[in-house]
Amino acid sequence: MNHATLVRFRHGFGVPLADIPQLSYDEFRESLLEEVTADARVAAYFGRPVSQNNGEEIEIFAILAHDWRGELALLRTRVSGSFPSLTLECPQLHLFERELAEQFGLHPEGHPWLKPVRFHRPWLEVDDIWGRPQGEHPIPRDMEFYRVEGEEVHEVAVGPVHAGVIEPGHFRFQCHGEEVMHLEISLGYQHRGIEQMLIGGPHPAAIYQVEAAAGDTSIGHATAYSQLLESLAYSAPPPRAQTIRAIALELERLANHVGDIGALAGDVGFLPTASFCGRLRGDYLNLTAELCGSRFGRGLVRPGGVGFDLNGALLQTFSTRLKGLERDTRGAIDLCFDSPSVLARFEGTGTVSTDDAEALGLVGVAARACGLVRDSRLHHPLGSWAGGFDTPVIELDGDVFARSNIRRREVYASLELIKQLLKRLPAGEISSPLGSLAPDSLAVALCEGWRGEVVHAAITDSEGRIGRYKIVDPSFHNWSGLAMALRGQQISDFPLCNKSFNLSYCGFDL
Amino acid sequence: MLSIIRERLRQGHRTAKYPQIEPTLPQRFRGLPRVSENLSPQTLSAAVVSCPFAALSDHEGELQIDLGRCLFCADCPAAIEYGALTFSNDYRLATSLREGLLLNDEAYRLADKLGKKMHKLFGRSLKLRQVSAGGCNACEADINVLGTLVFDLGRFGIQFVASPRHADGMLVTGPVTENMKSALLDTYAAIPDPKLVIASGACAIAGGPFCQSPEVNHGIGNLLSVDLYIPGCPPHPYTVLDGLLRLLGKTPG
Repeated sequence: MNHATLVRFRHGFGVPLADIPQLSYDEFRESLLEEVTADARVAAYFGRPVSQNNGEEIEIFAILAHDWRGELALLRTRVSGSFPSLTLECPQLHLFERELAEQFGLHPEGHPWLKPVRFHRPWLEVDDIWGRPQGEHPIPRDMEFYRVEGEEVHEVAVGPVHAGVIEPGHFRFQCHGEEVMHLEISLGYQHRGIEQMLIGGPHPAAIYQVEAAAGDTSIGHATAYSQLLESLAYSAPPPRAQTIRAIALELERLANHVGDIGALAGDVGFLPTASFCGRLRGDYLNLTAELCGSRFGRGLVRPGGVGFDLNGALLQTFSTRLKGLERDTRGAIDLCFDSPSVLARFEGTGTVSTDDAEALGLVGVAARACGLVRDSRLHHPLGSWAGGFDTPVIELDGDVFARSNIRRREVYASLELIKQLLKRLPAGEISSPLGSLAPDSLAVALCEGWRGEVVHAAITDSEGRIGRYKIVDPSFHNWSGLAMALRGQQISDFPLCNKSFNLSYCGFDL
Repeated sequence: MLSIIRERLRQGHRTAKYPQIEPTLPQRFRGLPRVSENLSPQTLSAAVVSCPFAALSDHEGELQIDLGRCLFCADCPAAIEYGALTFSNDYRLATSLREGLLLNDEAYRLADKLGKKMHKLFGRSLKLRQVSAGGCNACEADINVLGTLVFDLGRFGIQFVASPRHADGMLVTGPVTENMKSALLDTYAAIPDPKLVIASGACAIAGGPFCQSPEVNHGIGNLLSVDLYIPGCPPHPYTVLDGLLRLLGKTPG
């Protein structure tokens, strides 16, 4: 392997841009494919204009995660106009390349599925590669959908507005009778332009925008954002703050996993668990609110530390409430997993093979349910996770049951982790001042949110301001997993499969 | 079956006695702000510019907070650095008018009961269609919570329905992204007249944390006429419930 072509580093530190070699596209391609063959996966892949004056040339950065080595590899190259697509050789790049096409008007030649991602105007004054009129806002789901033709083949279109109280998205099913042959998912309805708003920062408003990148993962995204700024400022938050962040992250996982198990039980008509878990989810959110006043953890995680301490009386409240909650949670969840009628609906439904999961670069719960060991707390620990987490939860079957059972086991694991973290909560400050950001540097932060790995990356300009900010929510990778899970399924199983992934629309749309 | 009954008995009855008994909210919960009096002109102007979401203004020498823009930030510089306001524990925030969200030292006027005709139609049964138009899923999640057995929204005659054709009104969350604008207006058009519009959360009222993005509208205010504003980022479930019950005249007292 050509070591001169790439930089290897652990997250938690900034890398001066000058240290990252500029590769020709051929070298970049070769190194990237070599790394992926050697077990790396694409954590983030993004572009930025080389200079404001020269809108044509775009610099591409690839951040590859070597999970078992606990390190990241970094590659960069420059392209303009068009470049040969790598998607056929490395399918997990498919959305990242579409993103480049949509944002910068680049043409990834030979991309097998070149469609818009979020339906916004190009970020630069360039022609839209789909020929949509300049100056006008693109129309969502205005694209060619994959179609199956044939006798008795029909198409079902759902969304953007769905039947429940949920976010908008469009689903297009190609069906033969009840059987789904293909599902195509077209999103972008929640696009608020977060990455663009963060440019020129860190702005005072930024942390609130990041907390609302995916509102159910406020702690995950705010932690990644804070880690990133801390890496760029070469400062670490006090140990007490890191432990409080870790506790909050597990509380977020608990609330969402418990809620998901309830929703899954509800979808197969098993009401006792559905109602118990609906209530318990709220109890976990209320515990987060005891800590910081907000049920979603708004205001807790801040660059440099945390905004609220977990002290005296509150520690007692936490222990007491968690004890009661654990008993109720176990009681509620076990009912559903002991019920043959529930298991009959969960098992063998919506299966994703390990090979597909790996090729698509799935992360988090969806990946671990397919036997892939992917958990940032284990592989890329930072702060209080360093050496403190060693048992990721893995299932092998890749079906609805596997994804549900991952949640069940992670609920129990998180309860245990919080107990340990509360016991060894270090004394000291909860926040330290964040210095100025290093200029002309790149940093990456990974944080295992409840859905999976949340990746934030930023590049600073010569004055230490943010020149490019990239967010990769776990849902960005995993929506493709849901589409695969539906192949050969009954269309009536869509709600169940969808719940078993429970992906974020706004985290994808940004 | 027996284990289900046993678990049910063990978990007990958990529906809150609201609205007869007031809920206990966490000590650190940030509710209705109170404006500090007699601020010096320097402090006032410093506090006004300190808000990144332009929620504060100078109203005849006194601080005025636009609750439609306020995100109830934990690290509100106007509250912490300048002592210009404090957050109380009061979760009741919903109002009927956009101007009603402008809070100064006068008493805050909560939402009014529906007019006679509308109340006759919807007072005993209100079916709502929820549309998320760029919401981050926190507002949506805390509206979903109203369906759990703790709040049991159905006992007040309020229900979220699957089709706009079955709805008496629309509850909107999110700042209205460019990409959701037409779907939102289509949904509104599909609801039979007469109909209500509720803006829930800072985004739906004025754009929330995304108020400066060119990809979003500044909430629904300039698209549709709104009957109920529910502030917060996201609003607490009790804030939403209180607003809905006020609209229907079902709050005690």
